[in-house]
Amino acid sequence: MIEIKDIEKLAELSRINISNEEKEVFAGEIGSILNYVDQIKLATGEAGRAISLEEGGFKNVFRKDDNCHDSGEFSKDLIESAPEKENGYIKVKKIL
Amino acid sequence: MIDLKNLTVSKARGHLMKGDFTAVQLAQSYLDKIQDTDQDIKAYLEIFSDVLSQAEEADRKIAKKEGGLLAGIPLAVKDNILIKGRKCSAASKMLADYAAPYDSTVARKLKDAGAVFLGRTNMDEFAMGGSTENSAFGPTKNPRDLSRVPGGSSGGSAAAVASEQALASLGSDTGGSVRQPASFCGVVGLKPTYGTVSRYGLIAMGSSLDVIGPITKTVADAEIIFNAVKGKDAMDSASIEVSGAGAAVQQKLKIGIPAGLMDTDGIDETTLKNFNESAEKFKSMGYEVKNVDLPNAKYSLAVYYIIMPAEVSSNLARFDGVKYGLHISGKDAIDDYFMTRGGGFGREARRRIMLGTYVLSSGYYDAYYNKANQVRNFIKNDYKEAFKNVDFVMTPTVPAPAWKIGEKSNNPLEMYLADIFTTPANITGLPAMSVPSGFKNMGDKNLPLGIQLMSDYGREDILFKAGKDFLEE
Repeated sequence: MIEIKDIEKLAELSRINISNEEKEVFAGEIGSILNYVDQIKLATGEAGRAISLEEGGFKNVFRKDDNCHDSGEFSKDLIESAPEKENGYIKVKKIL
Repeated sequence: MIDLKNLTVSKARGHLMKGDFTAVQLAQSYLDKIQDTDQDIKAYLEIFSDVLSQAEEADRKIAKKEGGLLAGIPLAVKDNILIKGRKCSAASKMLADYAAPYDSTVARKLKDAGAVFLGRTNMDEFAMGGSTENSAFGPTKNPRDLSRVPGGSSGGSAAAVASEQALASLGSDTGGSVRQPASFCGVVGLKPTYGTVSRYGLIAMGSSLDVIGPITKTVADAEIIFNAVKGKDAMDSASIEVSGAGAAVQQKLKIGIPAGLMDTDGIDETTLKNFNESAEKFKSMGYEVKNVDLPNAKYSLAVYYIIMPAEVSSNLARFDGVKYGLHISGKDAIDDYFMTRGGGFGREARRRIMLGTYVLSSGYYDAYYNKANQVRNFIKNDYKEAFKNVDFVMTPTVPAPAWKIGEKSNNPLEMYLADIFTTPANITGLPAMSVPSGFKNMGDKNLPLGIQLMSDYGREDILFKAGKDFLEE
């Protein structure tokens, strides 16, 4: 059962403003989705271990810790994408 | 006048090489067709202004015999795949004016092969949805019936190919987003093995699930595009080299039908009948068709709707109104986040972010996220066992044909249930392909149906073989 206060908490954790009308809609929808996905509790199978490296499973992929490009090569393009910028810096409101 | 209706990538390549028509003439034919029909279908969010100059460049290369494999081939690209200098919005207000600062690996490979990009196609916002109705810029219509959805999330890419508005296209598939719209529009859609196509430059949705795949008119075309974009890439650490085709397939190929998974409510009667006829067709062509047991496959959808939103909630945390994209100013720095994310994300995106936040929160992490990962392994094991006995697992691609626009808009769970047969391939990472298998007649419209073939890791080769056999290519 998902209540309005749960939705308010989730919206806060997700940093999303939602309207009061939407809170009710989301509570109903997210409640019914959680109700559906609850069925995974019924699944049974062989021990739920992760597939090991030997079996072709997951492993960390590293790259060499060296300079892959020149300093500043992409800075202009990337800063250009920022909505607020000043003198080659991304601009944000005062934090402290 | 170029006959677009019967044109395929391989035929077009032959004509371009022989000089039957030029890349510019071919591109112009598609631009004319788009001009004619896209105001009704709305497959494209943008037609690029430099299509003809891209085609001129292709013609120059063809003349010098320097043209790559796709020289002059006009393609459409889903709006979540970055092409340097061009807009890429993921059909979201959040990125409405975002211009890609670099090329995705697939875009670079297609450019190197000489392809001509016609434009970027409509999709569900951030690839979240199965109907393209979640686009912030309005829905795409199904070319076979304009009152119906084209499927999604790669709905624009499928509709463009189905309506001769592109020779082929690229989509992305996180839970069925290439295969389901391909099925709804009556074209071929391939979801490759996870990792075989680089995700570098694909706007991320569910990183352990996402893969880019082609939407085409024929299986042979899907193979051509797949071969052009695949390959290990240093920029995507999850990418792998395609182990590739084994020796030529000699033995009788076996198709497994998961009776248990098919025993779900809500499979349309015509879809089921068409599926059974498709199985008979395979038998008549010498394939062996047998039952296969996948006891946990039925949990794929539930597992998907836990893992996917969990990954969505972390991937979409990057949209903060600071680095790029939309910025809505609030009363202080933190309020900027709330305003920007509340105003920039549509309802489906916000719903999935909150759902993901819920299943990852400390009190519920074990019950949902950890349990889902455990069941994900059960499902992988089921398929691993199944592929010891069969070469393919076959189901309908979707339980029913395309629905009416608006029909499921207010019931997200009902829309999610359409993903029942497509999500197992993403949960396991296995390759799967949807091929057109017939139509359901509805009044004066014929709604396309599709069957889905899944094979073992890296065995796209036998998917292509079976698909070509089935479509008699």
